[in-house]
Amino acid sequence: MFPTPIEKRSRKWQIGYQALLPFVLFIWLLPLIAVAIFSIKPEADFVNGNYWGMPSSFEMFTNYGKVFFESDMPRYLLNSVFITVPTVIGAVILSSMTGFALGVYRFRGNLLIFFMFIAGNFVPFQILMVPVRDLTLDLGLYDTKMGLVLFHVAFQTGFCTLFMRNFIRQLPYALIEAARVEGVSEWRIFVYVVLPLMKPALAALSVLIFTFIWNDYFWAIVLTQGPDSQPVTAGITSFNSQFRSAYHLMSAGSIVAALPPVAMFFLMQKHFIAGLTLGAVK
Amino acid sequence: MTTTTAPTRSWYKRNEIAVTPWLFLIPGIIFFALYVIFPIFQSFWISFHEWDGLGEKTWVGTANYERLLGGDRKFGISFWNNVRWLALYLLAIPMGLFISLFLNQKVFGIRLYKSLFFFPFVISQVVVGLVFSWFYLPNDGLFDIIVGTVGIDVSGGILGNPNTATYGIIAAGLWPQTAYCMILYLTGLNAVDPEQVEAARLDGAKGARMLWYVILPQLKPATFIAFVVTIIGALRSFDFIAVMTNGGPFGSTRVLSFYMFEESLSEFGFRMGYGAAIAVVLFFLMLIFITYFLWSMYQDEKGAR
Repeated sequence: MFPTPIEKRSRKWQIGYQALLPFVLFIWLLPLIAVAIFSIKPEADFVNGNYWGMPSSFEMFTNYGKVFFESDMPRYLLNSVFITVPTVIGAVILSSMTGFALGVYRFRGNLLIFFMFIAGNFVPFQILMVPVRDLTLDLGLYDTKMGLVLFHVAFQTGFCTLFMRNFIRQLPYALIEAARVEGVSEWRIFVYVVLPLMKPALAALSVLIFTFIWNDYFWAIVLTQGPDSQPVTAGITSFNSQFRSAYHLMSAGSIVAALPPVAMFFLMQKHFIAGLTLGAVK
Repeated sequence: MTTTTAPTRSWYKRNEIAVTPWLFLIPGIIFFALYVIFPIFQSFWISFHEWDGLGEKTWVGTANYERLLGGDRKFGISFWNNVRWLALYLLAIPMGLFISLFLNQKVFGIRLYKSLFFFPFVISQVVVGLVFSWFYLPNDGLFDIIVGTVGIDVSGGILGNPNTATYGIIAAGLWPQTAYCMILYLTGLNAVDPEQVEAARLDGAKGARMLWYVILPQLKPATFIAFVVTIIGALRSFDFIAVMTNGGPFGSTRVLSFYMFEESLSEFGFRMGYGAAIAVVLFFLMLIFITYFLWSMYQDEKGAR
């Protein structure tokens, strides 16, 4: 193990390390701690210039109550859910199919198609922006959740295919051959042999895509406008113009907006990190 | 897939292994081609036109590019800011490595520490941008207060001063990106071969020499991915700029991706053709890196076969 395990060092080192950890963590998370404190401060604190001190009173319920009952926040949150969940389902289904095709079969053009998916995934969004916006307008899906979902599914399929294909490659190929010898048809092999083995990959991808899509901002402002279909990332910025310098409400709103992916991460930590670090170890 | 008539079925049965992959690929390929592959070429096409997004396109040849490269000051600023982003964003890699080395211990509660250090990456860039913009507030911001105690006064605040604004935004971007690199290295460190480390230790290697000659070579896959995601992230930077400064002050924080968006969809009119030309330049900038990434991946694939 590197660096030298702390338990092999002297007692002084160990205590020093243990004491240093929370201190460094505090510095690292300072911006977040600040927003958390902002969100429970009364408005008067900001008027009086008490930005970074202790709150003069705790207004947690007033602030969060305002966010939930006197703003468009709940609508934006709901939109985000209706955009994110269908995208996750769609992208995972499409990419488990493409991943299966590219991971199991050998045919001409296999690697070419695979690299097309990877390359498309790296492309700057801006080169897609004008045509995709046009296409969405032509389909009559501009400013709808559906329009966003369709694009997200298509774009995420690139990354998901890379992920799925590499995962399927690691499965024991003998299983598939055994099934073939038994006379099981190819699509049944997919459903009954490969899919059950892909559960960890499906879980990892689902959390990752959930976070990516929930946090998307660029496409939200390109393809939608207004509280009818915009997700929460775009909502928070219009919130920003609505409550300019109402830092207590902005903070509460930001925390509410950030919470779902954070909860997802802490609940599914193992899968999340497994997905994110795919390929970091050979 | 459920072909019912007898002759088709037998043909399908005979060619099952050859046909199945294509059946599985078709939906994915159609979607991806429609929304990703074709739009790239369409953007190339649009970049040779003048177009407001609604009416007829007017062919203008390479006029957009001539204007772009022939002294568009905004383009120059955006381009150089992109270079700054690229160079400084890469700091996330050594910083992430440093934190991962610090956290790679087995003490009580270390798992919680690791996930809390990773926390910033999970939060949307919009929220991170907002938080940092409060942190940078002139006079009232914590940053101003802290540097004020040592006598430094940035006029207009970090984000209000054209000389510092871009660096302020990049610093905000480095926060989640460092967390990402950290988690890549933590996973990599987990897989470092303990026997090699012990052997090197017996040979008297330690500290920086050990890191350089024994550990880093084993972390190569993690470093590669860290490079990929950091470079792509740097060139994609948009959210932070849109939220923190909206390109200002005086347009000093624009990058190509933001400038393109501004030209195409701003209130000053919809200059889709010019925007597309900017996007094409950004695309070629990115293509240099994409080609390199794909080439390295291809070498790996060849090795695996």
